[in-house]
Amino acid sequence: MFKNLRITCDEATMICDKSQYGASTLLNRLKLNIHFIGCKKCILYTKQNVKLTDLYKGYSHSCKGEKHTLSSEDKEALKKTFKLKS
Amino acid sequence: MVIILRMAEEKLLLNVDKWIDNYADYMYNYAIVRVNDSDLAKDLVQDTFFAGLKSAKNFQGKSTERTWLISILKRKIIDHYRKINSKKGQAEVRMNFYDDGENEGNWLEERVPQSWENQSEKSVENDELKKQLSSCIEALPEKYAMVFRMKTIQEFETEEICKELDITSSNLWVIIHRARTQLRKCMEDNWFNN
Repeated sequence: MFKNLRITCDEATMICDKSQYGASTLLNRLKLNIHFIGCKKCILYTKQNVKLTDLYKGYSHSCKGEKHTLSSEDKEALKKTFKLKS
Repeated sequence: MVIILRMAEEKLLLNVDKWIDNYADYMYNYAIVRVNDSDLAKDLVQDTFFAGLKSAKNFQGKSTERTWLISILKRKIIDHYRKINSKKGQAEVRMNFYDDGENEGNWLEERVPQSWENQSEKSVENDELKKQLSSCIEALPEKYAMVFRMKTIQEFETEEICKELDITSSNLWVIIHRARTQLRKCMEDNWFNN
């Protein structure tokens, strides 16, 4: 039974990554916590991963509201392209 | 006959002018938040208008013109994603873990996370930090950057991304996993322990 709960560092970090988006299952989070007992590297990865999430959340906040538009020159150039190709 | 054809052609061109005035901004914004490249987004919008022009006679008016044009743009984005996904010779991210032998799945020595220095001092939100976060995303292979941006920066639902890029959710999570392990290392080398 316990054998089924053992995971590699690759699997542990994958679960940790999914957890950042609230997408890991309860069983997987249990496996991750068992993995932590013997793996300081993955504990550190997890800590830093949470920090990374915070940083990218702030970054997302500043990017998400931006509205990207075409300049009037771009639009005129686009209209010209169609006229030339017709 | 020639005159009739010419008149039909001019009517279509008028249509394109109207589309550009009414929908180009919306479509450009739609494209750029997905591909994050201004020139590419412009090309995709242009290709969409071309495709729309070609198939204008098939437009049945069941949806709005904008919805119809966006559905064409979505196809163009999938085509672009497939192209970058299948690019031969594209350097894959160097793996972080042994992929065979008795250490399979364990950290590669040179990729083991290192302690980060000066965290509190360096976490202050500023332009420099934003620039570094952005350049670490840009250092990712294009398809990883695209999926990571859609999921983390634009905060699209997993199902939506899978549908838009025609990928499975397990495929998406592998990409996110690889992107994040590379981003962590990039921030470690270029920000925290620099």
